[in-house]
Amino acid sequence: MFLALFSVACEREARVTGSSLPESTPSADTTDVRAGATAPLSPDPRAREYEGNAYHVGEGARHYEEFNCITCHAHGGGDIGPALIDTNWAYGGSIEQIVATITQGRPNGMPSFRNLMTPTQIWETAAYVRALAGQLARDVPPSRSDTMSNGEPLTLKPGQPAMNSDGIDPQGLK
Amino acid sequence: MKRRRPLVGLLGGCVLSGCEGAQSAADPAGRHAELTAGLFLIFLGVAGVFLLAVVVFLIIAAMRRKSPLSEMTLGRMLTVWGGSIAVGLSVLTLASYFTDRGMATYASTSTSSTLRIKITAQQWWWNVEYLSDNPSQRFHTANELHLPLNTAAHIELTSDDVIHSFWLPNLAGKQDLIPGRTTDIDILPTRTGMFRGQCAEFCGMEHALMALQATVETPAQFAAWRAASLQPAHEPATALEVAGRDYFMRHPCVACHTIGGTEANGVIGPDLTHIASRRSIAAGTLPNTLGHLEGWIADPQTMKPGNRMPVIDIAPAELHAVSAYLASLK
Repeated sequence: MFLALFSVACEREARVTGSSLPESTPSADTTDVRAGATAPLSPDPRAREYEGNAYHVGEGARHYEEFNCITCHAHGGGDIGPALIDTNWAYGGSIEQIVATITQGRPNGMPSFRNLMTPTQIWETAAYVRALAGQLARDVPPSRSDTMSNGEPLTLKPGQPAMNSDGIDPQGLK
Repeated sequence: MKRRRPLVGLLGGCVLSGCEGAQSAADPAGRHAELTAGLFLIFLGVAGVFLLAVVVFLIIAAMRRKSPLSEMTLGRMLTVWGGSIAVGLSVLTLASYFTDRGMATYASTSTSSTLRIKITAQQWWWNVEYLSDNPSQRFHTANELHLPLNTAAHIELTSDDVIHSFWLPNLAGKQDLIPGRTTDIDILPTRTGMFRGQCAEFCGMEHALMALQATVETPAQFAAWRAASLQPAHEPATALEVAGRDYFMRHPCVACHTIGGTEANGVIGPDLTHIASRRSIAAGTLPNTLGHLEGWIADPQTMKPGNRMPVIDIAPAELHAVSAYLASLK
């Protein structure tokens, strides 16, 4: 019983430094990029791996800064790019859809990071973006911000359904 | 007694050989380290004299079988003992004071001009920038410090993430590198040679593999190295090198690394403009050979787990080309 509890806690903190899952898993490189797309991508086995691990989300926070996401999206509040902390997702709010958005780029300014980041880095960044929007389990995101912040820590952010820009929950959870 | 001599000689030899080396505070090659080593020897000497005196006194006391000493003799002995403590402490205090004054002034009293260097520590490597008032004379390197002999180098230290500590035992240190503020240290090398430095403040997973290589050379050699470092990167000469450069520029390498004279100008990872001229890769983890370079690019996370270089899904032919290109960047 105790051993089982320990192993649960370890999974959250495990530092997977190499790639534990094959990066060559076919991921949808071309999806419906129409704003308000409702069809969610098929679930990817990597989603749980990255979304449920504190180390990956922490690394994502670092990529978010180093790859200049801040320039357009600020620290999640949005600036010349859309906000990432609300429930509106023009191109879908599942991690698979966010990975596709970062990889392919989107019209009106979102560049493609396909040749600037490795797949691992993109998945980690997407997991952190989900954390910004309060989409992850509360024990996963970092409890302290690396930057100056007067907001609540991500661990206290209430979970919200991810909706597309029409206010429809594409996963039918609403 | 004769039989013991080889043993004593062997022990003494072992102790002395421990003092020499590329990473030893007891083998100073810089003013700061000389002062530290001198102070250490004075403390060792004074403490040794007192230890010897106490041991001799105890042996005499234990072997004595006569009547107790008179009041007067005891009083005299106490005066001598108290006096020697006062003298010993004065020597230590004065030695500390003059060492401290020496450390505070050696850089400003050195006659030659001062070299300015900025070191930014990151998990887990050293970003070294040679500063100059003339922007065209500035350049970056990584995990390597070249210093001209008998010239004071003023080193500004800061960190991008957590607290690290700068320590080149043969030359100077330690001095902490603290995120959000700048500390500094002066190095005045007094002997040429290669010396190894090491992060001296636990800074995460790969703290142990965060080394800094210092080369003290003659001013002429240093000037030549500096001039070479200011040059843009070597243009690829063979088809393989051209293919390597093209791969580098079109893949995630380009987002983090700079190669002077090309479109690669990332600032997250080490500057690779003259990587082939450096002695080691990954902050002293591996000697800089083509084989190690290929191994590192293929799987950096096995050689130095947790470091910031991601695993890239790279095909063998591409790996070979990129490694050849990087190995040509002399």
